[in-house]
Amino acid sequence: MTSLTAKDKAVVKDFWGRISAKGEDVGRDALSRMVVVYPQTKTYFAHWKDVSPNSPNVRKHGVTVMNGVADAVGKIDDLKGGLLSLSELHAFTLRVDPANFKILSHCILVVMSIMFPNDFTPEVHVAFDKFLASLALALAEKYR
Amino acid sequence: MVEWSDQERSIITSIFASLDYEDIGPKALSRCLIVYPWTQRYFGGFGNLYNAEAIKTNPMIAAHGIKVLHGLDRAVKNMDNIKATYAELSVMHSEKLHIDPDNFKLLADCLTIVIAAKMGTAFTADIQAAFQKFLSVVVNALGRQYH
Repeated sequence: MTSLTAKDKAVVKDFWGRISAKGEDVGRDALSRMVVVYPQTKTYFAHWKDVSPNSPNVRKHGVTVMNGVADAVGKIDDLKGGLLSLSELHAFTLRVDPANFKILSHCILVVMSIMFPNDFTPEVHVAFDKFLASLALALAEKYR
Repeated sequence: MVEWSDQERSIITSIFASLDYEDIGPKALSRCLIVYPWTQRYFGGFGNLYNAEAIKTNPMIAAHGIKVLHGLDRAVKNMDNIKATYAELSVMHSEKLHIDPDNFKLLADCLTIVIAAKMGTAFTADIQAAFQKFLSVVVNALGRQYH
């Protein structure tokens, strides 16, 4: 897949700037949605008693993940370098199958479309989709 | 055979009963062509697709978006037999249109996102799950007759 152009980065940073105040809400909704729409993802949270969409653990984790995305926006010029330790975490400790990055990315995009229907234009959509794909690639860097 | 709960059936029929085809069809198809530009390969004869603005205002693309969206009507009316309902359409997409079936999922994802924007918070996780299940059955049926 392609790397991010200067335009992609500008669009991502601009859109993120406008929505970052709601970043935690996006994260909470995206993760809650994910465990409902893609029940197989619950296998990674078997250590929580409550894996329902309204579970405080699930919602809190959505915030954690979205803070990671926010961090990545700041490191957009060097995702691989900037996300090195996160990649090691996912590779050696969490061992989340990378197919799930795509699943969560899709849920994030759906939530953005719901919360910001006028800002989430096709142009913003393509740039952010590319960004999340690059993020996923950087996260999978240390897997093998 | 695919099992549908009563709730899933009512979600799907409800979404399509209140669907504005003239609005959603063009938005879904043009978004697909913008977000996944390689899908433009199937629209060589559709005029100007040079940039996002051109795609969004292209009347041929808009008309085609409406047509494709209405193509889902038969699945809504035959939810218990989508595979057989789309056998002929699947052959057509394979033999005549030569569309890579992986592309069906791309359009389905764009349709989901456009409907999410339209419905807002009413597009709950349960509704998203039912809608995506419906689309994945359709996508599967459309790819079934490829060989």
